[in-house]
Amino acid sequence: MDVSRPCGIFDTTYSRDIAVVPTKTHWAWLIGGITLSFLIPPFLSIPWLSWVIETSVVIVAVLGLYFVTGLCGQISIGQAGFMAVGAYSTVILMNQFAFSYWLALPISALITGMVVLIFGIPSLRVKGFYLAMATLSSQFLIMWLITHPPFDRWTGGDDGLTTPAPTMKGIVFDSYQSWFFVVMIFMWLMIFFAKNIGRTRVGRAFVAIRDSDLAAEVLGINIFGYKLTAFFLAGIYAGIAGSLFAPYIIRFSPANFNLEKSIWYLGMLIVGGSGSVVGAILGVVFIRLLLHLTTIFGPSIHPIPFVGPLLANYLGGLVFGLVIIFFLIFEPRGLNHRWVIFKAWYRLHPFSY
Amino acid sequence: MDFFFQMVLSGVMLGSIYSLVALGFVIIYKSSGVINFAQGHLVALGALILWTFLMKLGLPLWMGGLLAILSMAFLGVIVEHLTIHPMTGQPLMAVIVMTIGLAAFLASLMPCVFGALEQAYPSIFPKGGMKIWRLIISYEYFWGFLTALGMVSIFLYFFRYTKLGLLMRAVADGHNSARSCGIKVEVIFRWSWAIAAVSAIIGGFLLGNIVSVSPAMASIGMRIFPVVILGGLNSITGCIIAGPIVGVLELLAAGYGDPITRGGAGDVMPYIIILLTLIFKPHGIFGEKEIERI
Repeated sequence: MDVSRPCGIFDTTYSRDIAVVPTKTHWAWLIGGITLSFLIPPFLSIPWLSWVIETSVVIVAVLGLYFVTGLCGQISIGQAGFMAVGAYSTVILMNQFAFSYWLALPISALITGMVVLIFGIPSLRVKGFYLAMATLSSQFLIMWLITHPPFDRWTGGDDGLTTPAPTMKGIVFDSYQSWFFVVMIFMWLMIFFAKNIGRTRVGRAFVAIRDSDLAAEVLGINIFGYKLTAFFLAGIYAGIAGSLFAPYIIRFSPANFNLEKSIWYLGMLIVGGSGSVVGAILGVVFIRLLLHLTTIFGPSIHPIPFVGPLLANYLGGLVFGLVIIFFLIFEPRGLNHRWVIFKAWYRLHPFSY
Repeated sequence: MDFFFQMVLSGVMLGSIYSLVALGFVIIYKSSGVINFAQGHLVALGALILWTFLMKLGLPLWMGGLLAILSMAFLGVIVEHLTIHPMTGQPLMAVIVMTIGLAAFLASLMPCVFGALEQAYPSIFPKGGMKIWRLIISYEYFWGFLTALGMVSIFLYFFRYTKLGLLMRAVADGHNSARSCGIKVEVIFRWSWAIAAVSAIIGGFLLGNIVSVSPAMASIGMRIFPVVILGGLNSITGCIIAGPIVGVLELLAAGYGDPITRGGAGDVMPYIIILLTLIFKPHGIFGEKEIERI
């Protein structure tokens, strides 16, 4: 039985069949959820508010990875490096060329997209592990270019940059409370865009390439073009994520975008379930929640003799590695699959057959 | 001109260690098709285990070395059984991410078990260096080079003449055909991880004599990628030749580039090699181009 639709809902028109939000109940949940997400700042302490903002930024970055890895099936281990391009170009545009933040954001997103396109060129001839290597190299190359001449004149080298607070019509976004709203708006826009891409011609071509690139080519899909499109979209998302990240963190350096971050973003996508937007969001929230808990409970295991202090330091990495290993063994389809099972159970309840 | 030759010589010596470590990677890839992102972490783990046996327990070199090699082989088998074995039949991406997860786990586990400090081996090789023509080569590099060379020839012999080596090559050729000949493919996978772990610990020992012993040694894992990409993923010959090439280019870039770029040119050179190889000769010098069928 098909349980992708709630009980008693029959699609009588084509437009209803392909609707993103199929029923009124879905609309209510969606609008309610979005409204709620904008109302939470007063109820959160500063560390949790900061956590929510950074999680939203990471969701945007991981959604970029969702295009290239989740939909198109090309492993990318460079998303944090691409994010760095976005963050740095935003701040450099603001500092050196006196752009307003709201103009610098789209321009730096485009710049990032272009940079990622360059590193996507090897995808013309290689895939799988080879492409993973190309993106891995791009991560190192970007970090190196940022910290060495000639670019270190603008980027501040290893010391990093300070982001001027964005302003809009007299409002200065210099606190978590105010920046929260900007990040939230962008996050929801990006989620809707990502959700829709999967249903378009482009998105279906991505999935065809992921499932079998040879078969896709035989069907007349321009593989190279679509792979580059996927990389470009990933770059745009990474650029926007970087631009949103800069005013949040205020002072940032290459250490904020190192290889570890890239690997974690990939891990978040895998844990969530790589082929879906909901999965990407669930994965980011799940792993970042775990990490936040390890930073909260880290000090409490500190007093354990011998291993305590070291364990407290490295708890995050340990948990992350274990979570990835366990998910790949026991639930390779990720959290999204659990969510689908839950929805099916909910809809069939109490008659579970 | 002396400077140039000095760099080339040191690069060849350093690169031979890269070759040795990359060999473990290629062995796993050839037999099971698994891309092992944790190879560098196995190197660091092996070096640290050996350090524990030698310095913490005070065992003599031959005994500590033997015990460390045995325990690393055992660890390799365990790692294969716990993480890679359950992934049979999963797509390549899942397996790659699995080894990445394993690497993240080992990277955090090692400092917890062994501490994050930089350690040193007892001085096994004589200090100082020797003079060849007008070039000076330190004994650590020289003996490291000789050991790596010896290990590589042992591996070559192993793959050509021993039964296990032949079985592994059969499995590498095709899992199903090997299975139909009565080869237990799963057992061969385990052997390949044991051998890769052994080549990792020997590489770790040689590297530990040149740099210090610490969990940070895992970064050599990032150096074996240019070697295997340049040499060709499934070619042992390519891996042996590409190691010294990468070593030489890295040191030349460091020697001539660092004054211009104010450091770091040597670190970024391997990744430039990767990108150029992927663009111009994607399957490496000796790699086979895979022919795909739907």
